Amino acid sequence: MKAFTQINGLVCPLDRANVDTDAIIPKQFLKSIKRSGFGPYLFDEWRYSDTGQPGMDCTNRPLKKDFVLNQPRFKNAQVLLARDNFGCGSSREHAPWAIEDYGFRVIIAPSFADIFFGNCYKNGILPIVASSEIVDQLFRECAAQKGYKLRVDLETQTVRNPAGEWFSFDITPHRKHCLKNGLDEIGLTLQHADAIRAFEAKHRAAQPWLFAH
Amino acid sequence: MTDKTLYDKLWDSHVVREESDGTCLIYIDRHLMHEVTSPQAFEGLRLAGRRPWRASSVVATADHNTPTDHWDDADSGLKDPISRLQIETLDANIKDFGALVYFPFKHANQGIIHVIGPENGATLPGMTVVCGDSHTSTHGAFGALAHGIGTSEVEHVLATQTLVAKRSKRMLIKVDGKVGAGVTAKDIALAIIGKIGTAGGTGYAIEFGGAAIRDLSIEGRMTVCNLAIEGGARAGLIAPDDKTFEYLKGRPLAPKGADWEKAVAYWRTLTTDADAKFDAVVELDAASIQPQVTWGTSPEQVLSIGDRVPNPANEADLQKRAGIERALQYMGLAADTPITAIPVDKVFIGSCTNSRIEDLRAAAVVAKGRQKAATVKQVLVVPGSGIVKRQAEAEGLDKVFVAAGFEWREPGCSMCLAMNADRLEPGERCASTSNRNFEGRQGAGGRTHLVSPAMAAAAAIAGHFVDIRNF
Repeated sequence: MKAFTQINGLVCPLDRANVDTDAIIPKQFLKSIKRSGFGPYLFDEWRYSDTGQPGMDCTNRPLKKDFVLNQPRFKNAQVLLARDNFGCGSSREHAPWAIEDYGFRVIIAPSFADIFFGNCYKNGILPIVASSEIVDQLFRECAAQKGYKLRVDLETQTVRNPAGEWFSFDITPHRKHCLKNGLDEIGLTLQHADAIRAFEAKHRAAQPWLFAH
Repeated sequence: MTDKTLYDKLWDSHVVREESDGTCLIYIDRHLMHEVTSPQAFEGLRLAGRRPWRASSVVATADHNTPTDHWDDADSGLKDPISRLQIETLDANIKDFGALVYFPFKHANQGIIHVIGPENGATLPGMTVVCGDSHTSTHGAFGALAHGIGTSEVEHVLATQTLVAKRSKRMLIKVDGKVGAGVTAKDIALAIIGKIGTAGGTGYAIEFGGAAIRDLSIEGRMTVCNLAIEGGARAGLIAPDDKTFEYLKGRPLAPKGADWEKAVAYWRTLTTDADAKFDAVVELDAASIQPQVTWGTSPEQVLSIGDRVPNPANEADLQKRAGIERALQYMGLAADTPITAIPVDKVFIGSCTNSRIEDLRAAAVVAKGRQKAATVKQVLVVPGSGIVKRQAEAEGLDKVFVAAGFEWREPGCSMCLAMNADRLEPGERCASTSNRNFEGRQGAGGRTHLVSPAMAAAAAIAGHFVDIRNF
């Protein structure tokens, strides 16, 4: 996993609530057995006026020009600004894979769906929960200023706008540690293999039917 | 001793260790798998040179990509080479890494993972159950702590038999009283989502309680817990009772002999204690719930059958108004249209929400002796598993459907998410017993209305939505 420390990233505003994972990456792309290459199909149905198919070369596909990702001013954005309940729906990790592959490293929203939120951390993406008031302000500033960037710093857990105003965000120490160091969580967990084995032995004794087959 | 909720009991009995910030390692008893969210996890194991911690916890099947017809053709109906590769990749991975039970494509007991788990007794009260699929919440109907995970977590569970997780908040949704005739588990669940919203359960594990929930069959309870995720909650729970034990007894993977007695004695303790505290409580009166139909592109955009599609002009909140306008436009609906005036092009009866024997029986009662409307292009009936299919055929339900002009298919996820050939064309409108009415969910440009199996069958006959109570 890519480590995340800080970025000063261009902001792309996606002004709608309840953006679901079917919209983030439509089902036909889930047939891939790989983890990479989903970026060109991010928001496929909103982004292109034809129907995307896995493996398709997207360079000459017809674009829906109004969609925010297609507007030249948001090219190479690294911060996705979103509304409530972002990432709702299915557990497909293809959604954060597509977002990360496209180039986003941070998503800021008033709320996220639980499974998607957890999946982000596994893929070097920092999802930041900010109050509705702050998110409203960021949307206003982003609309008003071309080239609007936010400086996101994981160590100090802060987001700073070009005027120097800032807000802080929460993250659990465990997630911060993993994200900052780009750690393989499995390796970390296996350091506790003895504790897992001890638990398993106790569990087996208490509920032997769970291990009968 | 502090009184505990059912959720607390399940959580506490699976904590391997806890860090100071509350991050826990949780032991996983049952790992369900399908072909879509597992290949990258197995690839990760392979690259790291790891083996599964306990392959005997794995129950797997192919369901999302699998075709539901032409199984006798030379290509088994599997026309799409990318789908074929994904299904064959699961075959190869299970062969390499092992599983307790694997029902590959075309196996007699193959089906939707959330249908085959319970029907084989692979889901038991008191278990932790995970799967790379958000509708894993279904298994909470047995008093198991069950939720969906991402593919990185699939790999983590394979390698360590644990998940890194934090305790959820606890919500009680209490549905008291009795539902009226024609009102099903699906209607209860949709009414709940309409009340709490699609993010209402975010951060919570929801326990469903009250007389109307206790009155539900096990199939109905699975439907309710299945839809917990559409209310934002990763996990839904219902305390196990005699109905649960009766359902499980004798199933292939259920405990046997002395183990059975010991297990039931333990399972009886899996209830919320009298004075346990919830972080939130929501109450509904079952008698007030009408048959439900979604009108928009989120499951919370749901109405009773007698209602009219909303008018954005009546919404003061500008962001919400824009959301209604966008949904109406996508759905091709005019404001204030009566739900019963909405015609349908296709009907889908199936999915992990509503493809069990009870669902098919409910649809068959409506279809019996009737004909699908000439304006309805296709009615798909897709049983949840090979076992469900054989049971339905033994009861003659397949003949009822075929006589009504419905198509009787092989088991799989099918048009719930349209990864196989079963899908809506752009602009087509569908009455569907599935779980998501998102844009493009059943096919790019397709328009989905979520309903119960009986309401779906009635729409197929009438050609538009009708109140099943007057049908």
